[in-house]
Amino acid sequence: MMDKQLKREIMLDHYNNPNNKKKVTDDRYLWVHNASESCIDDITVYMLAEDGIIKDVKFDGIGCTICTASTDIMCDLVTGKSFSEARQIINEYYKMVDEKPFDEDALEEANAFDTLYQQANRIKCGTIGIHAIEELINEYEK
Amino acid sequence: MFDVEKIRKDFPMIVNNPDLIYFDSAATSFKPKCVIDEIVNYYEHENTNIHRGDYDISFRVSKAYDDTRKTVASFINAKDPKSIVFTYGSSSSLNTVAINYGRKFLKKGDVVLTSQVEHASDILPWFKACENSGAKISYVPFHKDGSFDLEEYKKCFEKEKVKIVALPHVSNVLGYIYPIKEICAIAHENGAVVSVDGAQSVPHIKIDVQDLDVDFLSFSSHKMLGPAGVGVLYGKFDLLDQLDPIFYGGGANARFYEDGSIILQETPEKFEAGTPDIEGVLGLKKAIEYLQSIGMEEIEKYGEELSDHFISKLEKLDNVEIYNKDARTGIVTFNVKGIFAQDAASYFNSLGIAVRTGNHCAKLLHNIIDVNETIRASMYLYNTKEEIDRFIDVIKDTTIEKCVDSIL
Repeated sequence: MMDKQLKREIMLDHYNNPNNKKKVTDDRYLWVHNASESCIDDITVYMLAEDGIIKDVKFDGIGCTICTASTDIMCDLVTGKSFSEARQIINEYYKMVDEKPFDEDALEEANAFDTLYQQANRIKCGTIGIHAIEELINEYEK
Repeated sequence: MFDVEKIRKDFPMIVNNPDLIYFDSAATSFKPKCVIDEIVNYYEHENTNIHRGDYDISFRVSKAYDDTRKTVASFINAKDPKSIVFTYGSSSSLNTVAINYGRKFLKKGDVVLTSQVEHASDILPWFKACENSGAKISYVPFHKDGSFDLEEYKKCFEKEKVKIVALPHVSNVLGYIYPIKEICAIAHENGAVVSVDGAQSVPHIKIDVQDLDVDFLSFSSHKMLGPAGVGVLYGKFDLLDQLDPIFYGGGANARFYEDGSIILQETPEKFEAGTPDIEGVLGLKKAIEYLQSIGMEEIEKYGEELSDHFISKLEKLDNVEIYNKDARTGIVTFNVKGIFAQDAASYFNSLGIAVRTGNHCAKLLHNIIDVNETIRASMYLYNTKEEIDRFIDVIKDTTIEKCVDSIL
């Protein structure tokens, strides 16, 4: 378990200085727009993959701390991974926010969200970018 | 004498949740015990359908249902109880006007004048009405602060063939009261009809539809202490009578024949096909009687007092941006500087304070006030200055770290 202090630092760091927040105009990227109808989170995620490997993931738009930080962290986690590795990480993440046993080692900084399940009204914020990444993998694998 | 402590005792939600500060009454209001009791009483003692049964209980309920039209009419000073139609809420009232009036009277080249302040429920039905008729939507330019600009409004009639004006009485995000009387007068001089969304005004200020001279007024029971699932469409009788129903069925027809011809009931019954929300209508009657027992002038004055108190305290904080300093209908819209609205609201929630964040269904409003998401604190007759003070203390000390901590 991460301590609260570290979790807070990770979250604020990815919110204030997201590594992967950037609008992409390169038309080699696939993109998905994901907006929540119940809150303001409204982001577009872009993915570039070659030969079943995720080369780059970026996102852009408006998001709260949870939405921004979780998306940014997941972009880091899946970059350089194969589709099946990425899916595994995403599934562990879903288990975590669903309050099920999960593999902490797979999630690295995303462990900062290990108590998100307690905030029913914010789970949406913490999964909107993740769903978009999953959708992009689906798109590539079609 | 307005006695808020006495009022609070009438609301089981307040009595049962002593630690909750509820600032989301613009979304839905709490219900007083008398409204809840009325609904329970209907199901425990009078559970019959209306206008159909040849027995005493059904007659009694039918009469109470029909009498509610008189209660509503007197509440908004409508001349004729026949101009009151029961619907499922503001949205269904607004749709009834847009779809029906639009379908029957809008032609290619006509303009429906609305504003970018509008709630989705008012604007989307008109999108659809225009789509089917070839009419188009235009927007009244507003002042930069989101308040209504009567001069710009007048100019719209010089430029275009405005057939319908569709505006809110009170904006659900900014809480400003629009000059509906002047808006109607100018529209009528130009041969246009005015449909007003009263969802945020009818619960809070005294309404006189004859004085305002509105053509249609829509509002919801659940925002004015009544049950959800029922609303009102007021229309000037002659206008209402010209409209065709959206729904057809039992209770709305007098006779029908093999060849497909229908003799409809009179207005307003012709609009109420199917078994209506009987307990909702009965509950609405109680809610109105409760509001009348306190007095709408008193409620309006108290709403102004709460707004003034809230704004004056909030203005003193330097970590806050306020978007509607001059609004006095119990709606305060703001942001804590540098903090995403929903993050702040999560923190408030962790301390038992309920507010709403987001764009509040007015998704075009950012074109006017230049922010996408805000915190909206909305108050009603049961809120207190002490609750505001406690909230102000929380807002004052809100930091991004505390917001993040509230989810850890």
